[in-house]
Amino acid sequence: MEALKNFFATRTGIIVVGLIIGVLAPFLQFLGNPPNMGICVACMERDIAGALGLHRAAVVQYMRPEILGFVIGAFFSALAFKEFRPRGGSAPFVRFILGIFAMIGALVFLGCPWRTLLRLAGGDGNAIFGLLGLIFGIWVGTRFLKAGYSLGRTQTASSKAAGLVFPFLMFGLLVLLLIDPQPEGEPRGMLLFYSLKGPGSMHAPLLISLGAGLLIGLLAQRSRFCTMGAFRDLLLFKQGHLFAGVAAFFVAALITNLILGQFNAGFEKQPIAHTMQLWNFLGMTLAGLAFTLAGGCPGRQLFMSGEGDGDAAIFASGMIIGAAIAHNFGLASSPQGIGPNGAVATIIGLIVCVIIGLTMRRR
Amino acid sequence: MAEIVDARGLSCPEPVLLTLEAIKKLGKGEIEILVDTDTSKENVSRAANSMGWQVVTVEQEGTAYKIKIKKD
Repeated sequence: MEALKNFFATRTGIIVVGLIIGVLAPFLQFLGNPPNMGICVACMERDIAGALGLHRAAVVQYMRPEILGFVIGAFFSALAFKEFRPRGGSAPFVRFILGIFAMIGALVFLGCPWRTLLRLAGGDGNAIFGLLGLIFGIWVGTRFLKAGYSLGRTQTASSKAAGLVFPFLMFGLLVLLLIDPQPEGEPRGMLLFYSLKGPGSMHAPLLISLGAGLLIGLLAQRSRFCTMGAFRDLLLFKQGHLFAGVAAFFVAALITNLILGQFNAGFEKQPIAHTMQLWNFLGMTLAGLAFTLAGGCPGRQLFMSGEGDGDAAIFASGMIIGAAIAHNFGLASSPQGIGPNGAVATIIGLIVCVIIGLTMRRR
Repeated sequence: MAEIVDARGLSCPEPVLLTLEAIKKLGKGEIEILVDTDTSKENVSRAANSMGWQVVTVEQEGTAYKIKIKKD
């Protein structure tokens, strides 16, 4: 157990994890997930918000088992390796707001950092602008960190139960999905909303999605795989440990896409993408900044919430609420371009994040 | 007397930032860093090694780890 524990902390360990996730994601697409969206933490949380009826965008409603698996897999991994430690209380509401704006930025671009790389690995040139925006947003975040930005210390929770709430919520949603499947051709089960067309209607078989989610949750919890941290650590410390994992993820996804015939290079008519490059850039600038200020990419926040981190759970909840806001109020983009209120929301988000970056200081 | 960095409860990448600040300030000697997650323990150890410092001991103290690093 100890040897396994140490392996994942090594450079080789995180590269292996990156390679595995990079192969799994295009395979999930091959088996039914939307194009260049084998895994997209933001899009999938948005679909979960839709499945729960928090927004009523009919084309993006599905209780994505991958997300549930991420948290539950990380939870079991943390338990098995004795890293489950309920904690919280580091500026939770600020983290909630950061989660909301991280999601809004991601939905202006149409993807989280995971999907940014998967879109690139599928040949979508628009993702170059998203990636540049992501790196710029992370760079801005590192300037705040260097100047003493901090959300303060977490506290160890007095009861183990505090750390169980979010993993149990995910488990409850999984049970709901299993007992309330989509009736053939119907947009609604007993409770859950389902898409009949669009990305929400496209998904790999449930058990495969769940299995992949659980495996990724376990591997990422062990290795601390983080798509934001990869760039942050390079910019801040010139340390390439996390970057090696993310680079392996990209290369594996690119090769797998080429083998599966899922690589189509170009800018126009890319799947679930638009060509408004300024907003591709600024949307991901906002998301990258929010993830940096919150200390982890959307995937990492889910893995940490599985370890009992209540602050990460609050950030993830903020993202789900952010998705509801984005779709209810015309902030989310579509292949036709940004939503009617997407630009103003992005600018407000950037202003709010800069204020948070300037005002939250280490004492 | 070793310099002490208390990074318990701080989010990524603050424990590493504080460690690197202390390394920069001291140049050489001994530093004790307190962290309370395995992730921070790994990150701090990795950062110290990359700066040419040696991780001498890692002790568990309740829910925290005390990492002692040094450079002669």
